[in-house]
Amino acid sequence: MTNSTLTDAEARTLVAEAIQRIVPDADLDAVGDDVPLRAEFELDSLDFLSFVETLSQRSGVGITENDYEHLVTMRTCVGFLTGG
Amino acid sequence: MTQTWNPIHQHLPGGTTYDEDRASFTWERARAELAGLPGGRGLNIAHEAVDRHVDEGRGDVTAIRCIAVDGSVTDISYAQLGDLSGRFAQVLTDLGVQRGERVASLLGRQPEQYVAALGTLKRGAVFCPLFSSFGPEPVRERLRLGSVKVLVTTADLYRKRVAHLRDELPDLRHVLVTGGVEDDRTLDLHELMASAAPGYTIPDTEPEDPALLHFTSGTTGKPKGAVHVHGAVVAHHATAAYALDLRRGDVFWCTADPGWVTGTSYGIIAPLTFGATLISYAGEFDAKDWYRTLAEQRVQVWYTAPTALRMLMRYGADLAHDYDLSALRHVASVGEALNPEVVVWGVEALGLPVHDNWWQTETGAIMVSNHRGMEIRPGSMGRPVPGVDAAVLVQGADGRAEVADGAVRFAEPGETGELALRPGWPSMFRGYLDDPERTAKCFGGGWYLSGDLARQDADGYFWFVGRADDVIKSAGHLIGPFEVETAFMEHPAVVEAGVIGKPDPVAGEVVKAFVTLRAGFEPTEELRRDLIAFGRRRLGGLAPKEITFDQHLPHTTSGKVMRRLLKARELGLPEGDVSTLEQAR
Repeated sequence: MTNSTLTDAEARTLVAEAIQRIVPDADLDAVGDDVPLRAEFELDSLDFLSFVETLSQRSGVGITENDYEHLVTMRTCVGFLTGG
Repeated sequence: MTQTWNPIHQHLPGGTTYDEDRASFTWERARAELAGLPGGRGLNIAHEAVDRHVDEGRGDVTAIRCIAVDGSVTDISYAQLGDLSGRFAQVLTDLGVQRGERVASLLGRQPEQYVAALGTLKRGAVFCPLFSSFGPEPVRERLRLGSVKVLVTTADLYRKRVAHLRDELPDLRHVLVTGGVEDDRTLDLHELMASAAPGYTIPDTEPEDPALLHFTSGTTGKPKGAVHVHGAVVAHHATAAYALDLRRGDVFWCTADPGWVTGTSYGIIAPLTFGATLISYAGEFDAKDWYRTLAEQRVQVWYTAPTALRMLMRYGADLAHDYDLSALRHVASVGEALNPEVVVWGVEALGLPVHDNWWQTETGAIMVSNHRGMEIRPGSMGRPVPGVDAAVLVQGADGRAEVADGAVRFAEPGETGELALRPGWPSMFRGYLDDPERTAKCFGGGWYLSGDLARQDADGYFWFVGRADDVIKSAGHLIGPFEVETAFMEHPAVVEAGVIGKPDPVAGEVVKAFVTLRAGFEPTEELRRDLIAFGRRRLGGLAPKEITFDQHLPHTTSGKVMRRLLKARELGLPEGDVSTLEQAR
């Protein structure tokens, strides 16, 4: 679904920034790679939609509703964005 | 008015029509459907919801199927729910909780939520559910205003939201936690339950005894605690039959959180009074998980919200067709007006139209609905449920119903006015806690004045128009701008805030704050982010999604922020008559 040239590190930064746009004081470093982000940062459905929108805009990766299941933890987000 | 959407005709096999139901209905007859406490000892919600079914031999039926976030399933039968809620009532008794005292829950959709609700009702104490996404500020305010004596919560929520507030809440005597005690000021709920004596007997309960305290929001002032009585169960039961087509033994899923009135009236009480199996789904919205739940659990009656339905629409009807939704018999929606597109989409995606209905925290139960089997006019909230008289009243200068010499006037068909109800239905709130003044303001000319604007067509269908005040409706949740503004004023950089609902295609409205900075603070992006974070920490789910700096907030001559004007500006609308305004200070 993805065809991106992002590196792991770039994808990681992007995810962190997209979360921090909604939760500016979110400390992504303090959260393990396998922690579900929505629950950890208390993102409601609308927050999640804007998270996805930011990710899509900044990565250039088209994200459809069917991809949401890949956007759960830092690890799965990075995997999705890097096409891994 | 112009009809751009075709009516949807429905046929309810063997069913009665709306007019027949309305003609034959009385509240006395509805009361007779319920059991009452054995020996004529009164009416208690928990008896109708649980013990009655055990007494009548249905103890083995699954009352609640709890689906945890990890997908694991816990079934609770009516017999088990009877035992657990009885033990909880005994725990409250042992802790010295008196009848009428408030017991709050701050829990997710998990077994303890239901046990706490029903156990509190058995005790004759008053159950006050709090939404688990509330930040510490809304939690503190509600616990304080409700003089809550006992709080039931999780260890995690206690640590994040409550622990640091304990000294500010002298009335809060006990905090019962699930998942292990947090500190020496908490008690282990499960230990207490395990050692409590079984076989609790519900004390005599009058239909007018207080049962529920639901906080809601007004335009000004603090949250208002609407008090409901045990007799409300008559309305919960009757309206669920008519507006949700709920029947004995159904599998029923109400997606609303018990922290809001829908999640209590129809997410706990009404389905249990039918001996239904209620689905409690702990997770957040996820299209595939939701469809999977509908399919796997063979859900027959589904009660959800416009925001959720609009999000499902984004996936298209094809996704719905991947799941076997053949068990579904009735789909209903509440929380904000349901746009006609969604009603019609329901037919395409779910095979059923979505039945919109309307009610409020104060009404306690559904008041206007697309009755089972009645012709649906997409976009309309339907017609008053049997036993309820509704009207549209002519507005006065302030936008609310005009009451002149104690009398109101009915609007003409098609004319917008304030939606009002004739008092007398059993689930009408009995007043705001400790606030007779604000209670009195809800009534005029012999009517309950809802604060919602609507119009009625020539055939008696009601159509929602908007709020008559500044209260925000976001994703079905009522949010008081004043509560949000007050929280921001505590930020050192903020001198004043004005908060509005900004229209949003998915959520109806989202909370937006306009903030005036104190001298010496610069409107930087960094400060804006700091304020967003501050809002989320303080308010949780009530926090603004957007913040704009505005050093020139418009004021009335009495010095109040003109939210209506802020909204007009936001929407690029004409600002209207600004003669009562004073320009920025």
